[in-house]
Amino acid sequence: MGNWVVNEGLSILVILVWLGINIFLFVYYYIVYLDERFYYTRVLVGDALSWARAPAACLNFNCMLILLPVCRNLLSFLRGSCQCCSRNITRQLDRNITFHKLVAYMIAFHTAIHIIAHLFNFERFMDAQLEQNETIAYVLSQIGNEDNSSYLNPIRTNETNPTFVAFTTIAGLSGVASTLALILIITSSMEVIRRSYFEVFWFTHHLFVIFFIGLVIHGVGEIVRGQTASSVLENKPNICATQYKDWGKVPDCPIPQFTGNPPMTWKWVIGPMVLYVFERLVRFWRSKQKVVITKVVTHPSKTLELQMKKKGFKMEVGQYVNLQCPSVSQLEWHPFTLTSAPEEDHFSVHIRIVGDWTQQLFEACGGEKKEFQEAWKLPKMAVDGPFGTASEDVFRYEVVMLVGAGIGVTPFASVLKSVWYRYFNNDTGLIPKKIYFYWLCRETNAFEWFADLLQSLETQMLERGNADFLSYRIYLTGWDEAQAAHFTVHHEEENDPITGLKQKTLYGRPNWENEFKTIAGNHPGARIGVFLCGPEVLAKSLSKQSINHSDADPRGVHFIFNKENF
Amino acid sequence: MGQIEWAMWANEQALAAGLILLTGGIVGVAGQFKDWQFAAYGIDGESLIDICLLEYPRGKRKNKGTSIDRMGQRYLTICVKAFGPLTRNYFVRAGLHAVLSIPGGFMLPTVLGCVCVAIASLIYLLAAIRGEQWEPIMPQVESKQRPGESMKEPPSNPPPRPPRRAPEETARGCCICQPHSHLCQLCLRAPPRGQCDQGFAQSNNCCRL
Repeated sequence: MGNWVVNEGLSILVILVWLGINIFLFVYYYIVYLDERFYYTRVLVGDALSWARAPAACLNFNCMLILLPVCRNLLSFLRGSCQCCSRNITRQLDRNITFHKLVAYMIAFHTAIHIIAHLFNFERFMDAQLEQNETIAYVLSQIGNEDNSSYLNPIRTNETNPTFVAFTTIAGLSGVASTLALILIITSSMEVIRRSYFEVFWFTHHLFVIFFIGLVIHGVGEIVRGQTASSVLENKPNICATQYKDWGKVPDCPIPQFTGNPPMTWKWVIGPMVLYVFERLVRFWRSKQKVVITKVVTHPSKTLELQMKKKGFKMEVGQYVNLQCPSVSQLEWHPFTLTSAPEEDHFSVHIRIVGDWTQQLFEACGGEKKEFQEAWKLPKMAVDGPFGTASEDVFRYEVVMLVGAGIGVTPFASVLKSVWYRYFNNDTGLIPKKIYFYWLCRETNAFEWFADLLQSLETQMLERGNADFLSYRIYLTGWDEAQAAHFTVHHEEENDPITGLKQKTLYGRPNWENEFKTIAGNHPGARIGVFLCGPEVLAKSLSKQSINHSDADPRGVHFIFNKENF
Repeated sequence: MGQIEWAMWANEQALAAGLILLTGGIVGVAGQFKDWQFAAYGIDGESLIDICLLEYPRGKRKNKGTSIDRMGQRYLTICVKAFGPLTRNYFVRAGLHAVLSIPGGFMLPTVLGCVCVAIASLIYLLAAIRGEQWEPIMPQVESKQRPGESMKEPPSNPPPRPPRRAPEETARGCCICQPHSHLCQLCLRAPPRGQCDQGFAQSNNCCRL
């Protein structure tokens, strides 16, 4: 039976702590505004005051958090310095985008509550100002008409309406601007838009600058008013509230004085804002470093390989970089997995030509031309990164299962090449004792370059006599009638007489139940890392299998599932 | 940015804006704000029409193959399609949204919805200027032929092998290509002697690409 806690426990803990802090802040600040100081404010607006201030506190907290998961360089730095930490903690850093989204949903939720509560506040303040009879609301609204500082009702005249007030106060205007920015950010971040029209998502997302500016200046107007501390001592609300007609005339109850709360949000968000600015500066500085394209290789099926050199570039296996080509587009950065090993003297990426930017890059690198290109004709590139992903952890497990589906096979190119180099150098630090590699694709045509790599590895290992170190299976999941006929007529031998290996190319999808069972049987008591780069459906399936085949006993076999995502 | 279909984003924005307008209208009515009658009535009615009928069915993507439809949008697609050029043309939609947004400006709860619908209208205008049109996502006719009704799943194991025969020639061939079957596992075609017909040259007993 599964040990779900091993795989998911820490993530769940983080989420629960975060939710707990949100709930605590909400309840705490709700109660703060039930205090005596705000008695008269609540006379005017009722509970809506607390309902507006409580989500505001949660908004402060969440807006502080939202910038942190997207500081890529900071996270890579933490990851690197966390080598001594348990694998579990570094795995949490892989889920930064998921956390960013969760915090964003929470911000949207609290914004909704905050706005609705303030709608009631505005309406009730307006009603109070429009009072004709001498009610307490009328009296309270009249306070501060002579001097401009000790008023309670932020709406100072009865010849206006809430909409007008909303657009003429700092709080109202900044609130509307921030909310509009938030709505535009959210609608352009929907999965459909993000996956198909990345540029819309990316550029609209920069409206967060407006959001944060609006957020910081939102409280400058200090329109949430409460009694000053000294006034509470002189005019106690529970005694004097009923005597509102005599305030100022009776010595016990002078006219209450009010003041506003100073803006607090900047204290919450200044730290992350500074960190984020720093992050962007680091990205900019890194992008200015000189990058030289040393080799361009065109592979069949619209794949372009770029080999580049950059001074001081250090990478780990399975990392990715962001590439920019100023001659193609000044503003666009696109992520690509590194396909070279750290032991090589250059770094390379394999780019599939699927869209505008990649097509233009292909042409800029002389992809169409047949003749040899001079090195200086190649376009200048800018590289940001490398950024760490789950594959870095591959060498920390004794046994690893690598599953690459379709284009997801690319990070494993780096892993396998690195394995090859370490093997070549007789590197005893090579921890994995056994690698199981599964390659799922419709057809191998698109990734011939990868098949080539597999063959080289295989030859290497054969020469060393350790053919069992890497076990790989290729699954071709696309097939048709013609191919089926081929399979039956042109059968293959079970063992290749040259290599002696079981080089089966299998058809259809793997039976994961069997695979996991076999591997668990082969390696009892081991910690087995399962690495996937592929579609969500497969991730769910593998995740479930990992949990199901992990022993509840801590000494038994454990499958730890890691997913890459782009 | 050649491949962007602005209409997709306009659709998301309009749907969100409709919901915001609706929420604002409900707040206005529930809180019995001033002017709630004429603003809230129009808004709740109009935003319902906006959300349910017009924007919910997602249009088909022009450029790429797969269009993802929203859950249960099939019936509404038929309704929206029935209006023909009125719903297909984005200029009409832009104008419609612009007009629908106006009543929202009259009371505070719906002002936000008003501005959001106006923005959606602007994006639709941009889409219309670029010549985009709304195409319905119709259910696909299953055109792929499955080889034989009896094969429901692709085979998960290699086919059974006949008994081994003595090799007629010296074992030459790819480490991936199997010498007896002459089947290159990469191109899946039977290569003619000495070379894959995909142009993979053989050298050192290995298929090299």
